[in-house]
Amino acid sequence: MPRTPAPWMTERQLLVKAESKTNPKYGCKPEDRPAKDYIRFGVINLDKPAGPTSHEVAAWVKRIIGVEHVGHGGTLETL
Amino acid sequence: MTGVLPVALEESRKVVQALLLSGKEYVCIMKLHGDVSEERVREVLVEFEDLIYQRPPLRASVKRQLRTRRIYYIDFLEMDGRNVLFKVGCEGGTYIRKLCHDIGEVLGCGAHMQELRRTRAGPFVENEGLVTLHDVAYWFDRWRETGDDSILRKFIQPMEKALALLPKIYVKDSAVDALCHGASLTAPGVASLETGIKAGSMVAVLTLKGEAVALAEAQASTEEILDIAHGVVARVKRVLMPRGTYPKGWKSGEL
Repeated sequence: MPRTPAPWMTERQLLVKAESKTNPKYGCKPEDRPAKDYIRFGVINLDKPAGPTSHEVAAWVKRIIGVEHVGHGGTLETL
Repeated sequence: MTGVLPVALEESRKVVQALLLSGKEYVCIMKLHGDVSEERVREVLVEFEDLIYQRPPLRASVKRQLRTRRIYYIDFLEMDGRNVLFKVGCEGGTYIRKLCHDIGEVLGCGAHMQELRRTRAGPFVENEGLVTLHDVAYWFDRWRETGDDSILRKFIQPMEKALALLPKIYVKDSAVDALCHGASLTAPGVASLETGIKAGSMVAVLTLKGEAVALAEAQASTEEILDIAHGVVARVKRVLMPRGTYPKGWKSGEL
């Protein structure tokens, strides 16, 4: 019986519905964002150390970088 | 527990919700409470692939009802005495500790989770830009000293990375601001889209520059969306782009 593939095994193609150009006056390619915005709209792929909780680790990142808020993508705790 | 923990800064916290439900991958050391042959262990691990039942443990902050979870794969890696090393790809919210316990039950001798390391959280993996707290502190300092913005790229990734596993719909500039106000995406606003979208699928709506506009729920399939000239194509679930980033579109033409 075929198993459900993991989401990262799915390949997709891009299909064009309507040819369209984007105006360089508005918005910005993510990789080109100026520093303040790059941080504000940024995610850190962090290697969590053993010991502290995910929450504590996220709080450390918040303090190091000096942002007002952080969130994390899934607790890595002992349950 | 160690491993991949995506930390979202400021505005990108909004995409983190999508990550919580995304698939994960772990490498786990399971300690058996009795002696079992490797052949038998391999056999039982296969039995746990695909759908399993789990009830969240007491300490979890979710409702403790029985629910199904999908195990995408369990790869036996190594066995040394009563220690079993395996890799497991699973749906978000799967308790590996419970999985080890249940494997132990089926084996008959019992087992517990000895050690766990997360090797993937959604699109974030170990071998793509994984950094330690030390790295973060170091590079942040270097950026402050030098003012060289390329240093930020060494340890921070754009929030769009978090959307990499979702099917994408790219929209015309004229459709962007309405979406930022929560309006539904209609057929004329679509520039291009990925295959594999079905009605009910969670999709990422992006500008043609690749910026995240919103998380949305598709109301039709890729084929249908390509076909139709009018009608709602996706309903916005979470706006990701600040209003006013793109001006209001006057007509459905180019800005």
